[in-house]
Amino acid sequence: MKMRYLIPLVIFAALVGLFAVGLRLDPRAVPSPLIDKPAPAFALPQLHSPETTLGRADLMQNKVSLFNVWASWCVACRQEHPFLMQLSRGGEVPIYGLNYKDERADALAWLQRHGNPYRASAFDYEGRVGIDWGVYGVPETFVVDAQGTIRYKHIGPLTPQVWRDTIQPIVHQLQGKTS
Amino acid sequence: MRKWLAAMLLLGFHGIAAAAISSYQFDTAEQEARFNQLSQELRCLVCQNQNLADSNAGLALDLRRQIHEMILAGKTDADIVNFMTERYGDFVLYRPPLRGSTLVLWVGPFLLLLGGAVVLTLIVRRRMAAGEEAPLSDEERQRLETMVRERGEKQ
Repeated sequence: MKMRYLIPLVIFAALVGLFAVGLRLDPRAVPSPLIDKPAPAFALPQLHSPETTLGRADLMQNKVSLFNVWASWCVACRQEHPFLMQLSRGGEVPIYGLNYKDERADALAWLQRHGNPYRASAFDYEGRVGIDWGVYGVPETFVVDAQGTIRYKHIGPLTPQVWRDTIQPIVHQLQGKTS
Repeated sequence: MRKWLAAMLLLGFHGIAAAAISSYQFDTAEQEARFNQLSQELRCLVCQNQNLADSNAGLALDLRRQIHEMILAGKTDADIVNFMTERYGDFVLYRPPLRGSTLVLWVGPFLLLLGGAVVLTLIVRRRMAAGEEAPLSDEERQRLETMVRERGEKQ
């Protein structure tokens, strides 16, 4: 009979547990069905030289690469930009860009002002390649392996912490496999 | 009453106006109906509690354009839903498919209902059992009478 008084306590504890887990989850992070699938093929004009195309094959080139979706109108892109610059200077992994739903002049001016960490950027004015890659919130960063398979997707700005804890280990592991 | 009527009318017109903004051209009324149906059942990924029809986010506009093009190209509803889930996962569907991972979603409410019914029955039964009161013993009746009498004298 004394157990009756424990019931509310147990329910309370269960709720606390539920909330503790639930509040740590990011409801905006939608798991991508593209992980471990071949990267969607595309061929887009390059941002800097519209007559040249950039495609899936350029990304691979038998190397692990990062594919970073960005835009000059994207505030969080500005936030991650210094780290991308640092990463590209380190030369650890090639970074390619997908300039998403942007004006060419704006994008070029943005890179001029803040620096260009990308080997090349594809110019996706209509956002169609973005749809194929399941992009829904810029910035997003894909890890593409040497075989052209998407291995990881990070949504939101790339921070040194995310890089160190999550993405760098994946890149290292993939690089170890191919070299 | 009249105010209510006016409000309802206004709401109705609002719907018509909102629908008119995103008017795509279709060959048949059936295609248009399918477009409306699909854009109501697919979620806008950017503003997650809106469907594609209600959202004006850039991505929602793009995905509506995509649906429009696919319908005109003769794709079936299943083709279009597949296209979306291949890219964005089951999350784009407002009606998620029945799977291992979504089982709780589908069955959960019924389990809760069942649990509620069980608890309710238990409580009602217990109350009914407790409701049959035992008659007062002679001693208790005497105490009751003295209590009533004392109250009467005080007043």
